[in-house]
Amino acid sequence: MTLVRKEFLQIFRNRIMLPLLFVVPTVMLLILVNAATMEMRDRKVLICDNDLSPTSRRICGAISASTFFDAGRVAFSAHEAIASIEKGESDVALIIHKGLENDLMSQQPAAVQLIVNAVNSQQAQLSYAYMTQLINRAVGDILLENAAPAPQESIRTSVSFWYNPTLNYRFFMLPGILTILITVIGTVLSAMNVVREKETGTIEQINVTPVGKFAFIASKLLPFWLIGLVELALGLALGRLFYNVPMEGSITLIFGMSATYLTGLLGLGLFVSTFAQTMQQATFINFFFLLICILMSGIFTSTDNMPAWGKALNTINPVYYFIDIMRCIMLKGATFVDLTPQFRAICIFAAASVSLSVLNYRKRN
Amino acid sequence: MEIIIVKDLVMRFGSFTANDRLTFSVAKGEIFGFLGANGAGKTTTMKVLCGLLKPTSGSVVVAGYDVALHPEKVKRNIGYMSQKFSLNDDLTVTENILVYGTIYGLGRAEIGKRTDAMLERLELTQVRKRLVKTLSLGWKQKLAFSVATLHRPSIVFLDEPTSGVDPVTRRRFWELIYEAAENDITVFVTTHYMDEAEYCDRVSIMNRGQIIALDTPQRLKQAHGVESINELFVRMVR
Amino acid sequence: MTALKGFIIKESKHILRDWKTLVILFVIPVALVLIIGYVVSIDVKDTVIGVYDKARDSESARLTARIASSGYFKPVKVITHDAEIAPAFRSGSIRMVVVIGERFGSRMLQNEGAVVQIIADASEANTAQLLSIYCEGVIQSFAAGEDVVVKPPVEVEVRMFFNPSLNGVYMSIPGIMALVLIIITAMMTSLSITREKELGSMEILLASPLTPFQIIIGKVTPYLALATINAVTVVLLGYFVFRVPMTGSWELLFLINFVYIFLSLALGILISSLAPTQMVAMFASLFGLLLPTMLLSGFIFPLENMPWWLQALSRILPPRYYVEAVKAVMIQGSTLEVVWQRLIVMVAFGLIYMAAAVKKFKIRLD
Repeated sequence: MTLVRKEFLQIFRNRIMLPLLFVVPTVMLLILVNAATMEMRDRKVLICDNDLSPTSRRICGAISASTFFDAGRVAFSAHEAIASIEKGESDVALIIHKGLENDLMSQQPAAVQLIVNAVNSQQAQLSYAYMTQLINRAVGDILLENAAPAPQESIRTSVSFWYNPTLNYRFFMLPGILTILITVIGTVLSAMNVVREKETGTIEQINVTPVGKFAFIASKLLPFWLIGLVELALGLALGRLFYNVPMEGSITLIFGMSATYLTGLLGLGLFVSTFAQTMQQATFINFFFLLICILMSGIFTSTDNMPAWGKALNTINPVYYFIDIMRCIMLKGATFVDLTPQFRAICIFAAASVSLSVLNYRKRN
Repeated sequence: MEIIIVKDLVMRFGSFTANDRLTFSVAKGEIFGFLGANGAGKTTTMKVLCGLLKPTSGSVVVAGYDVALHPEKVKRNIGYMSQKFSLNDDLTVTENILVYGTIYGLGRAEIGKRTDAMLERLELTQVRKRLVKTLSLGWKQKLAFSVATLHRPSIVFLDEPTSGVDPVTRRRFWELIYEAAENDITVFVTTHYMDEAEYCDRVSIMNRGQIIALDTPQRLKQAHGVESINELFVRMVR
Repeated sequence: MTALKGFIIKESKHILRDWKTLVILFVIPVALVLIIGYVVSIDVKDTVIGVYDKARDSESARLTARIASSGYFKPVKVITHDAEIAPAFRSGSIRMVVVIGERFGSRMLQNEGAVVQIIADASEANTAQLLSIYCEGVIQSFAAGEDVVVKPPVEVEVRMFFNPSLNGVYMSIPGIMALVLIIITAMMTSLSITREKELGSMEILLASPLTPFQIIIGKVTPYLALATINAVTVVLLGYFVFRVPMTGSWELLFLINFVYIFLSLALGILISSLAPTQMVAMFASLFGLLLPTMLLSGFIFPLENMPWWLQALSRILPPRYYVEAVKAVMIQGSTLEVVWQRLIVMVAFGLIYMAAAVKKFKIRLD
């Protein structure tokens, strides 16, 4: 118990580390939650209208009216339009050929040309889809007014978004950033703490004492375990307060799951510290490992579209399970029964990492 | 009675042999000086004796236990003060003592009592609430010694305890060592100060992983016809 | 100058001798680029969904087959009751359910308006939105495609500029480069300098005839070399493995990388001059560098969609300029005329950091 007390004393006495531990992550949480929007607005559109007919003006009007596009740039030749895309001044260029209205009215095949900056393939595809929809709706309206036969929809589709009907991406991001916070704090702090004692030599003094391996490891784990849980509570509260992030499931379940997960992370950190000699090594191993786990986990991007080997790798990625747990509980109100497979996975992770670190920790070299 | 028995100890790190078939023993209550040039292998031997390193071969028995087999039992009976100051910088004097006291299974009341007595004796009372990192080196070394002997071990290992310490504090430090020896604590000490070697009951001189001399300071000087251990050391190690 | 040379050699030996770190330095960036390059994308592909077919007629079976063959979706769960939907979502086994309304086939053929409802699990809001858009698209083309031959009145001929095959990797490779380089340079230098501070060996260096500036140069040069090697590796991986085109000039690309490495090093030195311990330095680089680089460089989430104040924030963080410049040169074939502003901004950042760090260093000396 004194060993635990010692760790706490050391943590609380550190005037820089403690605020850093709480203030910086929460600020990051509050800021970065806003970063994740895929919702597209104000794509810069350049229009090169060579038709200058009521129809083409109608199309331009429809584009300006949509929040998706930011019209206003004009060009007088296709050449100019391409140059504008190349310079990055516009994202999409619409070229309306002379005679569009005539073609339409005379029931001949009509076409417009669209040039899209496709460096971001996703946005390019969506821009194309939206643009097609906009143009045809505008043209459809004109045709309807002119009493030409308009196509009738034979299937009506309706979309409903469950758990987050307004598609608030902050609800999606907050559990994600919170997961990153806990993961990083759990792994990095425990590893750094032990390696620091190695570097300063204080670990040797402990090693010549008869203190048990287990007592020592427990004393290293407990404080950070608690800090991690406090950090979680803080993050949840802030999310609720500032972004009104829902909490559909049980708080107890979240904390239970997190406690298990944190145990695993701390074990992992200790495991790293057993073979890292300097803090530089420990940090590096940790960071690259965590970076891969985090980027693969589905915190930011969906895991559904991964190649098979990516999915296979994810079955041993603890972050992958935990982010799922967090989102399922917070947003969908999942119960313990729903999450049994994920829980089993993090239990195995915790058991494996703690026993690995205990096995690998040697009081002598 | 022999409290440390080392027989044919070999310690190798890869192709480098730090200890080459060492054989010696230390009697209970003795002050044993372990001399040698830098890099002669002293610290390695000491770490083996403390159970911090597993010997490559040979038998080492400390306080009745084989260190290769029962390092934890050995640790219960020893104190260790490393060459590098290794107490927690960011804890106070009393907090450090408390941590190590409890590790050795002493009760809180007992620790309090011993701490008071010890701080008094070491003239550390006025700094008991200070963070260790704010202490001078002399004070730090005295504190490290007191922590190493707090649980009244049967042997205390001191690895260059007085390096970098002023002559007055060194003198005071050796008084502490004598006090410990009177209380039946065996002292195993390495040092680079040859005047200190003269204070030991017996000294050994190590060179390139081997012990090249071992006896009382008096007899060593006689045998080699030299005035001081310093002279002997320079002659043998050169 | 000889003193400086000796010092640089000493620092390089330190790094070379620590083979574990060295392995990590070279192997892991490669692994990172490979894994992330293949895995991080926001394309919709093979998403697991459920189908709740209330109609059970031949048309609804055809629609299901069409959805399955679209490549976007993989119907893995057959749902037969409303109450099954929520538990399936809650356990995370499917992302979306397509509910095909009763009498689907007959209503469709008689133009009575057949009904399909898409229920998406919007706990991943972005994904849900994309999925619904794609699914609607598939259903509309099913409706239009075969039975009712109606073409949209205006055909939109599209030309995907710079990336005709719509390869998602074009977005992520420059971002990963930014990430890898900043970790290696900024984080490693800040840790290696604070380490000397913490262990007290910095005092020895400060007491030597080397000037603070020389000490910094000595500490930084080996990492500069390492980072350069890493930059080359990552660029080559992007070019050969991920087929990111190289339409601009190699020289310009390396100039950009060099400036960025210089900038990251300056940042690392600044952190180390402010942080008293390695723990603090590490934490500062983590939350000050890693997360913002990941999120505010436009690597995963497009910057232009973010709130204005986050965009403003991204403008004072260097990675953004790097990612933009790399993209411009590699993919859009831009020349110095286009990217010079970004280069200037990066150099300016670097000089400011460097000046602040050296100033801080000198204060400690006096």
